[in-house]
Amino acid sequence: MFANWPLLSLLIWLPILGAIPVLLAGDKRADLARRIALAVAAATFLVSLVMLSAFNHGIADAAARGAADPGLFKNMQLQENLLWIETLSVRYHLGVDGISVALVLLTTFTSVLVVILGWGSVEKKVAQYMAAMLVLEGLMIGVFCALDALLFYVFFEGMLIPMFILIGVWGGARRVYATLKFFIYTFFGSIFMLIGLLYLYFKTGTFELAELAKVGLSAKEQAWLFFAFLIAFAVKVPMWPVHTWLPDAHVEAPTGGSVVLAAIMLKIGGYGFIRFSLPIVPDASMEYAWLVIAMSLIAVVYVGYVALVQEDMKKLIAYSSIAHMGFVTLGVFISLALARSGNASGAAVGIQGAMVQMISHGFISGAMFASVGVLYDRMHTRMIRDYGGVVNTMPRFATLFVLFAMANCGLPGTSGFVGEFWVILAAFQHNPLVGALAAFTLIIGAAYTLWLVKRVIFGEVANEQVAALEDMNGRETLVLATLAVAVLLLGLWPQPLGNLMDAPIAELVKHIVISKGA
Amino acid sequence: MITPKLILLVIALAPLVGAIVAGLFGRRVGRAGAHTVTIAGVAVSFVLSCYALYQLSTGGWGVFNENLYTWFEVGKLSAHVGFLVDRLTAVMMVVVTSVSLLVHVYTIGYMRDDPGYQRFFSYISLFTFSMLMLVMSNNFMQLFFGWEAVGLVSYLLIGFWFKRPSAIFANMKAFLVNRVGDFGFLLGIAAVLFCFGSLDYATVFASADATLTGRTLEIIAGHPWQAATVIGVLLFIGAMGKSAQVPLHVWLPDSMEGPTPISALIHAATMVTAGIFMVARMSPLYELSETALSFVLVIGATTALFTGLIGIVQNDIKRVVAYSTLSQLGYMTVALGVSAYSAAIFHLMTHAFFKALLFLGAGSVIIAMHHEQDMRYMGGLKKYMPITFITGWIGTLALTGFPGFSGFFSKDAIIEAVHESHRFGSGYAYFCVLIGVFVTALYSFRLIYLTYHGKERFVVEHKAHGHGHHDAHADAHGEDDADDHGHHEPGHLEHAPHESPWVVTLPLILLAIPSVVIGWLTIGPMLFGDFFAGAIVVKEGGPLAELAHEWHGPGAMLLHGLMGLPFWFAVAGFAVATYVYLFNQAIADRAAKLFAPIYRLLQNKYGIDDLYFAIFARGGLKLGRGLWRGGDVAVIDDGIVNGSAALVQRIAATVRRVQSGYLYHYAFAMILGLIVLLGGLWMAAR
Repeated sequence: MFANWPLLSLLIWLPILGAIPVLLAGDKRADLARRIALAVAAATFLVSLVMLSAFNHGIADAAARGAADPGLFKNMQLQENLLWIETLSVRYHLGVDGISVALVLLTTFTSVLVVILGWGSVEKKVAQYMAAMLVLEGLMIGVFCALDALLFYVFFEGMLIPMFILIGVWGGARRVYATLKFFIYTFFGSIFMLIGLLYLYFKTGTFELAELAKVGLSAKEQAWLFFAFLIAFAVKVPMWPVHTWLPDAHVEAPTGGSVVLAAIMLKIGGYGFIRFSLPIVPDASMEYAWLVIAMSLIAVVYVGYVALVQEDMKKLIAYSSIAHMGFVTLGVFISLALARSGNASGAAVGIQGAMVQMISHGFISGAMFASVGVLYDRMHTRMIRDYGGVVNTMPRFATLFVLFAMANCGLPGTSGFVGEFWVILAAFQHNPLVGALAAFTLIIGAAYTLWLVKRVIFGEVANEQVAALEDMNGRETLVLATLAVAVLLLGLWPQPLGNLMDAPIAELVKHIVISKGA
Repeated sequence: MITPKLILLVIALAPLVGAIVAGLFGRRVGRAGAHTVTIAGVAVSFVLSCYALYQLSTGGWGVFNENLYTWFEVGKLSAHVGFLVDRLTAVMMVVVTSVSLLVHVYTIGYMRDDPGYQRFFSYISLFTFSMLMLVMSNNFMQLFFGWEAVGLVSYLLIGFWFKRPSAIFANMKAFLVNRVGDFGFLLGIAAVLFCFGSLDYATVFASADATLTGRTLEIIAGHPWQAATVIGVLLFIGAMGKSAQVPLHVWLPDSMEGPTPISALIHAATMVTAGIFMVARMSPLYELSETALSFVLVIGATTALFTGLIGIVQNDIKRVVAYSTLSQLGYMTVALGVSAYSAAIFHLMTHAFFKALLFLGAGSVIIAMHHEQDMRYMGGLKKYMPITFITGWIGTLALTGFPGFSGFFSKDAIIEAVHESHRFGSGYAYFCVLIGVFVTALYSFRLIYLTYHGKERFVVEHKAHGHGHHDAHADAHGEDDADDHGHHEPGHLEHAPHESPWVVTLPLILLAIPSVVIGWLTIGPMLFGDFFAGAIVVKEGGPLAELAHEWHGPGAMLLHGLMGLPFWFAVAGFAVATYVYLFNQAIADRAAKLFAPIYRLLQNKYGIDDLYFAIFARGGLKLGRGLWRGGDVAVIDDGIVNGSAALVQRIAATVRRVQSGYLYHYAFAMILGLIVLLGGLWMAAR
């Protein structure tokens, strides 16, 4: 019954417009602002569930059944397609497939938790904080739904603004440095994408992703475009060596900002590779797959070692994020190589692994940053050396933290295992040595995570501040326990998520083996 | 409708239910509630496991192989959660649940005053569930699942007393060393998938011969390696971690930081044997590679002898038993290496009983000594704790292979099998396992004499103020553990040692029974019958088949054993230990001085721990710091990013001027800028 509703527009604009009453409530009536924000976030989450129910898992099989004009982006559902800027033939074109649906659900789910999390930990300018969060949510959903490249770009860039403000206003001591670094890095990256998109526009006269995926491009054109996209998305993921903005941004960001950044925003980089690089420039992607694979492996090994020696909890988790996102880019480009060598099954495994890793990392990194937030709100320090023996005073928190740590180590039964397992299996099929380097995360990931746990959670009570800690309150418990359930559920039964994404991934694998050389 | 599937589900899930109740609702159900529900869960598992074994042995059930649910399916690849239960699995299930049940009961006494009582029961039940999932798995994915899950519980239990620095160091070390093994293990699984396109045991084993024969893998370009060897070695690296084989053995002695019940259950009887079980389960794959089996053989033999030697110089009662465990795991691995898989499983089973007995006995002694674990402050305990003393002797006789006891049959079978084998490395292995018998007897009887016999080397001080709870049969580890150790002189007890309560001694007695008889009863069918037919595959002419020709029942083997070399090696070890530790202890000190370099080498555990610490821990940190300071900070940030500092500064200045704090301003400016830019480009394009 909802299939004909403009659900996607609702998802995008409900939180953005919902920010207005939140602002109107004002900081004087902080509680009202919080309540409105929660209502808006919850309503958006409900709408996303409606979208899920209206979404038909089977439709994407149309191509497999031999429907006319199979091709990427042709089986998008819940489409809305309006002319936006006529002279440029830019269209307000929205639509989702299983991949987008998964990421939209991650966004709406996380946003509710972030609003709850900000309930007590944000004290100044509450209304504006909540409003920024809601706007950010809407823009991120827009990114995942846009089928027009320029529309995508507008959301992609627009997203920077609320995040910039979140860090800049509610951030820590060095927030100006961090925000600028964040802004310049990502802005620098996306400029190249814009130029690339404009080039494609002048060539084809359209920003429609479906058209761009079809257009023939010479090897040289593809190479230029590939690097334009690579810079944009590599910064976003972030990939080594353009990753150094992330630890700084995380350290300075307020808890909610960190959670959104890690849980959702980083995913946009991985999503970009799947939506732009692979479909539009498959040959160049294949040609330079070795480069991306190498960068991903460096992320796993090199960044793993860097994470090991961090003294700031947030930095450690930020580096850990980079290492884990390495599995996403690794999975995507390994799959391309596998698909091109005729191993479609292995390719599907790799992309599924990358996608599940994205969702899982959303839960786990979100939970880790939220956990650090819980400690920070009490101790006002993120330094590992200021902690020790937290389990003695916060047993409930410690239990959940150990669970998230284990998920971060990729322990089977948690969501962290699923994606890494699939990507390692796929990588081995591509090249056993690549598989071995990827599997190194088993050791280094466990080392930095468990050492963190040992120093922060276990041991004797380290000092009076730790001795005075109070365990989580109901609100914090709600957030972390919800994430714990998500982590376990996805770890024990990932099949539903796999089903959701199966069709578009099969489609993508079929598409990327076809050379586009003009 | 009671189907095998339902029964197997109950077997696996009953301990999980117990773990969840005790873990999440520990405070509500209380101590008694926690131990009742977990013991009930494991008891149900045990009884039904016995039933399953009975049905499988008598042919009531066929091999059960069924998927429970689809975990993840991608294209042609699907991973399931499911059970494969044949006789091999059923034997493991009975071993796991029986030892687990007894350890649960024992824990009531051992952990009586521990503040983490419910948590402990939750963990050991969770362990039982994980271990069952591991052995009952019908595919590689779930195997890895169980593999890591038991590792997790082991981590949690070694660090159970989380205030102790040594405990939380040991648990991290255990997890990380195991992860090194898992690294190989996971790659092994990846190689299996690569070669077979499936993760299901049945599919893989059925086509093992056809798929792997002659197939090569090029890990390093230009060097084709036999696929079966690659798979075998990689999977075995996992077993080296879990079953603590050299050089990944370093975590097991340190795991003694955990409470004694779990040393018995996890670090002796069950979890550490997972690697042995895994290789036996994979026998259809291992049989295809002589090279892999030789690798297994040499590693096992090295472990069997050289870790046993360390056991001789240990003074901590639990550490002696721990090194003994390492050595015995080496024996099992040797058996695998000569294709005597069923001998490995047989020794796994007998060892589970007598080693659990020895550990729990050591725990009983530790309770009596108020948590003194140093044998130099024990002695003469036999008159205080007769049940512990007698069962300790029984366990020791079983371990050292006294003719007729269970360990005799299982160990002799391994030694004989090695003797029969012509595989590369079997000569070295025969030497190791034979000398190992002498070593085993030496450290085992040393332990017995130092603990139970001779003079009392402790003083009982009757203090006026008696701590009520210290009088209890278990100590209070949790709250006042630190000062407990603080003001206690070693060898000074507040009360005379006394026998442990029945919840402790009953498991000892119940474990002593199979330690004596299980070998005699089961060797015939398990080793020389076709009990494991279908589950364990051995190529023509394996050493056990050779031995089967000479097999005339356990009685004949017993008589034959009295004339064999291993028996006399054991006697020699016994004699030396008796003379030195019962009659002339000064000779031990003199020997230590005489062979000071060797003594120090053993004391330092061959320097392996220190070496690892220097290379991997300190080296890793150094590397990390180098990459961070040198790579991230110096080159990327200071060099490239801040190198354009002037630019950044200028932008910063600009931004600061327009920084109004209003969202809309930014958004508006942004969109405006975009539109201008696009408009310009569009105009240009026309």
